[in-house]
Amino acid sequence: MTEARSSTRPSVIDARGLSLTFTTADGPVHALSNVDLTIEKGDFVSFIGPSGCGKTTLLRVIADLERQTAGTITVNGTSPEKARLDRAYGYVFQAPALYPWRSIASNVALPLEIMGLPKAERLRRVQKNLALVNLAGFEKKFPWQLSGGMQQRASIARALAVEPDLLLMDEPFGALDEIVRDHLNEQLLQLWAKTEKTVVFVTHSIPEAVYLSTKIVVMSPRPGRIHDIVESDLPRGPRPLDIRETPEFLKIAHRVREGLRAGHSYAD
Amino acid sequence: MRTEAIAPLRAAHRPHAVSRWVAESAVPVLAVVGAILVVWMVATYVLNVTVQRDALDRAGTPYTAGELFLATYTMERPILPSPHQVAQELWKTTVGTPITSKRSLVYHGWITLSSTLVGFGIGTLLGIGLAVLIVHSRTLDKSLMPWIVSSQTIPILAIAPMIVVVANALGVTGLLPKAFISTYLSFFPVAVGMVTGLRSPDRLHLDLMRTYTATSSQVFWKLRLPAAVPFLFTSMKVGIAASLVGAIVAELPTGAVAGLGARLLAGSYYGQTVQIWSALFAAALMAAVLVAIVGMLDRIVRQRMGIRS
Ligand SMILES: Nc1ncnc2c1ncn2[C@@H]1O[C@H](COP(=O)(O)OP(=O)(O)OP(=O)(O)O)[C@@H](O)[C@H]1O
Ligand SMILES: [Mg+2]
Repeated sequence: MTEARSSTRPSVIDARGLSLTFTTADGPVHALSNVDLTIEKGDFVSFIGPSGCGKTTLLRVIADLERQTAGTITVNGTSPEKARLDRAYGYVFQAPALYPWRSIASNVALPLEIMGLPKAERLRRVQKNLALVNLAGFEKKFPWQLSGGMQQRASIARALAVEPDLLLMDEPFGALDEIVRDHLNEQLLQLWAKTEKTVVFVTHSIPEAVYLSTKIVVMSPRPGRIHDIVESDLPRGPRPLDIRETPEFLKIAHRVREGLRAGHSYAD
Repeated sequence: MRTEAIAPLRAAHRPHAVSRWVAESAVPVLAVVGAILVVWMVATYVLNVTVQRDALDRAGTPYTAGELFLATYTMERPILPSPHQVAQELWKTTVGTPITSKRSLVYHGWITLSSTLVGFGIGTLLGIGLAVLIVHSRTLDKSLMPWIVSSQTIPILAIAPMIVVVANALGVTGLLPKAFISTYLSFFPVAVGMVTGLRSPDRLHLDLMRTYTATSSQVFWKLRLPAAVPFLFTSMKVGIAASLVGAIVAELPTGAVAGLGARLLAGSYYGQTVQIWSALFAAALMAAVLVAIVGMLDRIVRQRMGIRS
């Protein structure tokens, strides 16, 4: 259902007939089946779909944390492995995954240490990104001293600190309250508009997906596949929060909801 | 966004460490000690009464039940010495004897302690080294692990004399042969604990490193090793106690003339039960102190690392 849209922007992610079947003790699990997807540079793409439809799995294949069992995929025109070795992306996991023995600042600095950045630069990026997620002043705290939502924000700061051109975010705002979520949605959109990053974003929230995205990928489970791809005609770049009350917005949200309903089979 | 306005509630009301220790540890420990003393006193009477009654009968002077009762606690060579006899002996041979004397328990304790510590040090390093090799190589995991496990199924009493004899034949004498036996016993818990610890990071934490394309040495220093620290200290507590046992056992069958093991042996040659028991107590006390020191190190390191205890 992709609209044939002639584009001059290079594709960052290109998946053709991508399938992934997990072999488990109780038989094969078809996590992804025949996925075709193109993500262009500067796109903000959301994956939305019911639990278990393969959103995380697709993100992990892009990140070379999982290998497909059929089909092809390129990231930045090369294999996902090559892209990972080039440190082409930053990944925000579904859980914060902070190291408990590191303070918040030192958790955010972890990738920077591994990349071998000088100390002053590490410090600058840590300060900047903690401030961005409103965690300034919590540098010296340890993860267990922070709430779940604050931990998740720290993990977002950690991914942003790498300053990658491609951001892979797996339900980054799932653990946050509505107001903080709105705020971070706005911040993320501003950051994206400012830096021409490509963002791949997993969410369960229709308004969030529509507010953020230039393209919404609606997925359905068993086997995990793409049910619909909705191109957003909302303006690119920073959007005011109250765009969510406009008819254009509601029309897109409606189409996404219909897609989710149709893909959601309660029969099994 | 004022969600962060929760001011850092930095443990303002945390009770003083000492008073907390008294409440949490001292009281239950004292209760157990009291119970043990009661059982011990009863057992002393029960075990000694027959021998003591015979002795009094042979002496021929009449005695009351009360005198018999009291006499069981002050015998020269009791089957089971009473707590105060052991305490007296401990006092006499530590505080009451110059530490250079062959009768000083401090002298003997130091002999055993020094080989315990040397053996434990080597054992810990060996255990960590083996664990690192095992975690980084499937081949070594398959080939080393069975040997490590089977090494511990050989009774230590059987190989202790052999180690000492072989070491002597190679010209290694003094402290080291004994320390090797401590090493033999202590490397095992450390190796097993460290293998578990180095493998303890969950998949997400490892995936994170993978997204950064971290080298395996970075994964080791920044993830595996810190994750293994709590496991290391737990196994070091087992290891240091095993080291002490190793040092004492090493002194038993090898005709050592000094050390707590030698005291135990000499005591049993001459039927000096009081001496045996006081050596046993010295060993137990030493074990408790050593384990407590490792426990304290553990707490300090964890605090430094910011891990909630
Ligand atoms: N390592 C694995 N081994 C076996 N099965 C797996 C594995 N990882 C995921 N699966 C299965 O693959 C399917 C897709 O999982 P995935 O985590 O991608 O779902 P998701 O869309 O991210 O769900 P959620 O919204 O709950 O996070 C599920 O049925 C899951 O059980
Ligand atoms: Mg998921």
